[in-house]
Amino acid sequence: MALDKPYKDVPGTIIFDAEQSRKGYWLNQFCMSLMQAHNRDRFKLNERAYLDEWAMSEEQKQAVLARDLNWCMRTGGNIYFLAKIGATDGKSFQQMAGSMTGMSEDEYRAMMMAGGRSIDGNRYIGEDGDAQAHRQPQGAGQRKGR
Amino acid sequence: MAKITASVYTSHVPAIGAAMDLGKTQDDYWKPLFAGYDFSKQWMKAHQPDVIVLVYNDHATAFSLDMIPTFAIGTAAEYPPADEGWGPRPVPVVKGHQALASHIAQSVIQQDFDLTIVNKMEVDHGLTVPLSLMCGSLDPAHEAWPCPVIPLAVNVVQYPVPSGQRCLDLGQAIRRAIECYDEDLNVHIWGTGGMSHQLQGARAGLINRAWDKAWLDQLIHDPVACARVPHIDYVREAGSEGIELVMWLIARGAMSDIDQGQVIGKPPRLLHRFYHVPASNTAVGHVILENA
Repeated sequence: MALDKPYKDVPGTIIFDAEQSRKGYWLNQFCMSLMQAHNRDRFKLNERAYLDEWAMSEEQKQAVLARDLNWCMRTGGNIYFLAKIGATDGKSFQQMAGSMTGMSEDEYRAMMMAGGRSIDGNRYIGEDGDAQAHRQPQGAGQRKGR
Repeated sequence: MAKITASVYTSHVPAIGAAMDLGKTQDDYWKPLFAGYDFSKQWMKAHQPDVIVLVYNDHATAFSLDMIPTFAIGTAAEYPPADEGWGPRPVPVVKGHQALASHIAQSVIQQDFDLTIVNKMEVDHGLTVPLSLMCGSLDPAHEAWPCPVIPLAVNVVQYPVPSGQRCLDLGQAIRRAIECYDEDLNVHIWGTGGMSHQLQGARAGLINRAWDKAWLDQLIHDPVACARVPHIDYVREAGSEGIELVMWLIARGAMSDIDQGQVIGKPPRLLHRFYHVPASNTAVGHVILENA
């Protein structure tokens, strides 16, 4: 019998389960290596060469080079691991999370100051909340895309 | 005999630690948050425990994808603060309580909870931010945390995390273990993480104030029902990272009003309750309960 995965219908959300973990194993282990200062230095010196030391897919490497955290997540990354890339770049967790929405840093910060993103319309895929696929990207990302 | 006298619950947002380490606690952004812990710091000083059992989750720090223990208890002499990518936090090294930790491990495993035993581990913001919030800023050069700490790390990184029910039951087992330890020790148990927050994807920044408050009410007043909240409710209502809240049920289950999964005694006294939005991406909740 197949495993129950009730979390597949939550919009804008990837749950890091065993399937994602298998897919993202080397991507996440690469991220883990950035917890050591000398590895951060080596990565910054030549990102591509450092990434080539890991058994990651080409797509995963491209996602890291582009600093596209949504892309990293789709290829199996987990946010707590990916945060090590952000830390290496000197980014805060708020900057990293905000970057995944399309909003500018100021827009995302203002949303949090105003009480955060509303749950209304964002519980199930198919509703009309701001996290739904048909409303991406948000904020500045949307204006740029027009 | 050792005894659990109180449980403390708090979120453990990394930015809170950074705000303390960089001296920003009186900034307009942070001031209301830290004000919510003024009572707690006073109370800690006046009711200093001998040991804290600190339930937290590791954020891909000590545990990579090499090993993912569901429940891991620290039995080491000490735990250095980890470098999570920004450099280690400038806080004192966390001292363990080896004798009590090993006792809890043995007793709890014999009660059918298969804990992983950890003798070497660095600790991240999940453990050090709650200590900082409750004990204030300390200079690692010549100050120490007020007492030894037993880390209990729970996997909430890779799905599935343990159920709320399993957490409530583990809390009861930990209390039974502590109550059969011969030395007279005043023990606190802390549950950390949460509240509603999502750090990923198009839904990043989710906060669900109404759900958080209702969940807190239930945790305090009806923990048996709270333990039955399924994973998917946390994910859907409180965000993908809001699931950290299951860890609070370990501390709640260790309070003396619950046994064999039932409420059997007088409810604990609610000494303090605080809720604030935002700290970075997160809703911060904080509760102190004292056994009646």
